[in-house]
Amino acid sequence: MVEFREKVDVCVVGAGHAGCEAALACARLGFETVIFTVSVDSIALMPCNPNVGGTSKGHLVREIDALGGEMGKNIDKTFIQSKMLNKSKGPAVHSLRAQADKAEYSRAMRKILENQEHLTIKQAEVCELLVEKGEEVSSNLPNQKVVGLKTFTGTIYECKTVILCTGTYLKARCLCGEAITYTGPNGLQAANHLTDSLLSLGIEMRRFKTGTPARMDRRSLDFDKMEEQFGDERVIPFSFSTDPDEVQIEQVSCYLTYTNEQTHDIIRANLDRSPIYAGVIEGTGPRYCPSIEDKVVKFSDKDRHQVFIEPEGLHTNEMYVSGMSSSLPEDVQLAMYRTVPGLEHCKMVRNAYAIEYDCIDPKQLYPTLEFKSIRGLFSGGQFNGSSGYEEAAAQGLMAGINASLFMQGKEQIVLDRSQAYIGVLIDDLVTKENFEPYRMMTSRAEYRLLLRQDNADLRLRQIGYKVGLVSEELYQATLNKKQQIDAEVSRLKNTIVGASKYIQEFLTVHESAPLKTGVTLAELICRPELTYEMIAEIDPERKPLSADVVEQVEIEIKYEGYIERQLKQVEHYKKMEKKKIPADLDYNEVGSLRLEARQKLIAYKPVSVGQASRISGVSPADISVLLVYLENYHKKIIVSES
Amino acid sequence: MKTDTIAAIATALSDSGIGIIRVSGEEAISIVNKIYRNKKYEDILSDYKSHTIHYGFIMEKNGSLLDEVMVSVMKAPHSYTTEDTVEINCHGGALMKKKILMTVIEAGARLAEPGEFTKRAFLNGRIDLSRAEAVMDMIHAKNQFALKSSIKQLRGSVFEKIRELREKILYEIAFIESALDDPEHISLEGYTERLSNQVCYLIKELEKLLDSADDGKMLKEGIRTVIVGKPNVGKSSLLNLLVGQDRAIVTDIAGTTRDTLEETVNLGDITLNMIDTAGIRNTEDIVEKIGVEKAKKISEDADLILYVMDSSVPLDENDVDIVRMIKEKKTIILLNKSDLDEVVNKSSVDALFSDVCEKNCSVYELSETENDKQWDGNENICMIRISVKKNDGLDLLVELLKKMFFHGQISYDDEVCITSSRHKEALLEALESINQVKRSLKDNMPEDFYSIDLMNAYAALGRIIGEEVEDDLVNEIFSKFCMGK
Repeated sequence: MVEFREKVDVCVVGAGHAGCEAALACARLGFETVIFTVSVDSIALMPCNPNVGGTSKGHLVREIDALGGEMGKNIDKTFIQSKMLNKSKGPAVHSLRAQADKAEYSRAMRKILENQEHLTIKQAEVCELLVEKGEEVSSNLPNQKVVGLKTFTGTIYECKTVILCTGTYLKARCLCGEAITYTGPNGLQAANHLTDSLLSLGIEMRRFKTGTPARMDRRSLDFDKMEEQFGDERVIPFSFSTDPDEVQIEQVSCYLTYTNEQTHDIIRANLDRSPIYAGVIEGTGPRYCPSIEDKVVKFSDKDRHQVFIEPEGLHTNEMYVSGMSSSLPEDVQLAMYRTVPGLEHCKMVRNAYAIEYDCIDPKQLYPTLEFKSIRGLFSGGQFNGSSGYEEAAAQGLMAGINASLFMQGKEQIVLDRSQAYIGVLIDDLVTKENFEPYRMMTSRAEYRLLLRQDNADLRLRQIGYKVGLVSEELYQATLNKKQQIDAEVSRLKNTIVGASKYIQEFLTVHESAPLKTGVTLAELICRPELTYEMIAEIDPERKPLSADVVEQVEIEIKYEGYIERQLKQVEHYKKMEKKKIPADLDYNEVGSLRLEARQKLIAYKPVSVGQASRISGVSPADISVLLVYLENYHKKIIVSES
Repeated sequence: MKTDTIAAIATALSDSGIGIIRVSGEEAISIVNKIYRNKKYEDILSDYKSHTIHYGFIMEKNGSLLDEVMVSVMKAPHSYTTEDTVEINCHGGALMKKKILMTVIEAGARLAEPGEFTKRAFLNGRIDLSRAEAVMDMIHAKNQFALKSSIKQLRGSVFEKIRELREKILYEIAFIESALDDPEHISLEGYTERLSNQVCYLIKELEKLLDSADDGKMLKEGIRTVIVGKPNVGKSSLLNLLVGQDRAIVTDIAGTTRDTLEETVNLGDITLNMIDTAGIRNTEDIVEKIGVEKAKKISEDADLILYVMDSSVPLDENDVDIVRMIKEKKTIILLNKSDLDEVVNKSSVDALFSDVCEKNCSVYELSETENDKQWDGNENICMIRISVKKNDGLDLLVELLKKMFFHGQISYDDEVCITSSRHKEALLEALESINQVKRSLKDNMPEDFYSIDLMNAYAALGRIIGEEVEDDLVNEIFSKFCMGK
């Protein structure tokens, strides 16, 4: 076979949510980029739930947008219902979630990719990574570097970096009861060759599983027996650059119904035919989206489980049955679905199934998402052991940014846990032991009062701008917003109102305690029963401000005490993050480390003392020892250099 | 580099002439200033020049005077750690040093980790590089020891209580968090009421624990002490006298105490962790026999043996057994005076030990009137006369204990004190966090604010029983609550 060679800068393997963001980031920064997919028709496919966002995932989308990614813009163009979740709770846990028109979402993203300068879409299965010995930096560091890849049809692409975003396609296997197919999601072709190439390069692989429920024909469902669920009256867009007026569309409804004892009886009677309970499935599944059989077994005291029926798009009759994913045989599936009110006569368009796939243990990655063992090789998404479209997109974007910075010879970017959910996500992936597909949760973010979805632009726009993915105009707009917020907060803190009759009456009307002495307007806003809007009456100096500025002002003032406490914790946290550990540090040289800590540190090669402290099995005393060693190490270097 | 401020007792903990509490860090001066007053009752510590020493008082939170002290101020970078450092020279009682340390901590310092002053001195360039290895070893060793002793010293019941509180807290966090993560499946309707109740319970329990920490009841601290002796010589009566309540059953029938009883006894500043045992004699009674065996075993691990003798009962074979068991252990013979004629005295005891040990033995007798010889610090077997009935001779016991245990370089209670201070600090932190939850509840804050402080409390309590947070929360969420699409 004659070898055919192409020369590019970046190869992105996989065109799911991670691959799209990675490829767009590289191409937008001017690098010649090829994105590979087993099927061009599956670009930005949503093979599972028809939503973008949700608790903590909505935060990720906002952050992606602030950094210059595409997901937020794309869902704003293609959503058919939108809700702000947790509105009755604190601002830190408000989360946007939109129902997507799946086909439109995929089509819109494909259009963006197709029209992106420097970006080429290529339908091909990548089956081999090409790696060469690079320059030796240190005897203790691997000196392999990626130089290209090879497709199944024999073409070789020479490149400087490769970003692996293979999702659930590597050696994929779908299970529906006794029926097993060796395909990727939705019957798409699996990628069966790349795993071997990765293994031969010394990369450790593991196997995870996930699952999806059935899709029903809308015409076979009886919605009168379900509760209709509407979207928000006023829709808030995901993207900070989408005009809010443009997203006030006519929305479609979702429907809520419940399983019952009859459903559970059928499941229990057929457990022996479930591939999980029969031991056929090898992969580890996620606990947060358990199959309905898992829910029935683990929570046997619950007599019903919620089921949401959600439209998959405007131009299809398919309805997604959220809450009832399963890998039971098709006949059992149909029987169990038909016990649910409103689904008595349901017809399944697609049956539920579980899918198993190869992925990596992400401890092999730096927090930049570059492999520790092979320079220039990056990865993102489900391949890294995560789960969810938003988690994938976030990693794809960071991998794309860092691959670009790598090629520019610049320092790569690591968002830390106090900067972004993306930082928490990646730090957890590369630092903690993950035994299941990783899903973002607000409880994983220890500084979540600071990491709100409403201030993602204030947190991250500047980084996106510096990288080159955010335009000057957008950046200036963010700076302007910030300046307005600061000015207004300072004005409210410095405007004192006295205990005049007018003020006392105002307070009485709003059931707020009368004043004894003068207070600032900010102090009044702090009172639980008062808001920024309410005190407009007694604030004649106020100038009109946009809703997003007002929102920030109010949060900053109302939650100041809590926010300050978190800022203090962050200060402490950052100190340890700033203490870097040289990549070639030989832990065997560090006396007095406990054995377990030594082994863990060797396995994870943390980049900072902060990261080291989060590795399970490394104690505070080990960290002290490490600090002393590092101090000595740095001083010795200074001494030997001078 | 900005650092938090740490504090610790810098001298040995045992009673001594003076003690030093060292405070180091950016806020060292302002923290001590909160609790220090000069003789005009002014708080002007921050005005003092570096490397000066000042007379004054340490005040408690409630404004009462705690101790008369000398305070020296060393400003950065001219101190051991190169940070601002304040040393409080106080009276040397162990209890006083502990109290002042806790006052400093309540004022905003953090208890230093083992070896932390040295670590800081090193990191700040105060100690030269060649000693890095030694510094690391010291940190490692001190931590290993502290970790071991910390958990070992905790009373079983306290351990269980903290476990229980942590479980309760974790459940609440997991409930809140699962509702936040999956609001469509799990509702927080009416939840605040339940949480309020839990918070009240937690505050009450934490305050109880803090009280017991103050009384030293959290720890099995103290000198592991075993009372031995022949049946019916008054061992249980002695224990009851020390404990101050009828803990052991006292009868005239030999062999009443068949199992072992455990009790903490505070004598002055000395804490004895007392184990009463069955009387030692050859016996056919099965239950009693087990008790005797157990007593022998416990005696092997003991730090101190209190050997009770009845002065009216002649020494016999059973005493020979006991002396064999004692071997070289630190022992105090308590010669219990009875109303009957005295048949045992120092010379008969000397003879007994000389016989068993096959060498010339002379026990050291301490009495109120005169001592027959100079204390040289090597005495293992000592003797005093007491009368349990008349509550006479306990001050002699205290004096002797001090001689035997708080002399020389081994400061027996240091580790225990550090542990207990650490526990107290953690309890205070947990309590403060739960109180914060209470305030948030009162202010009607949204639910997500509660879990932040609950988590702090959970982590703080975990430090006491040596458990880290790790993935507890996520595991709890998934095991207790059914969520997800």
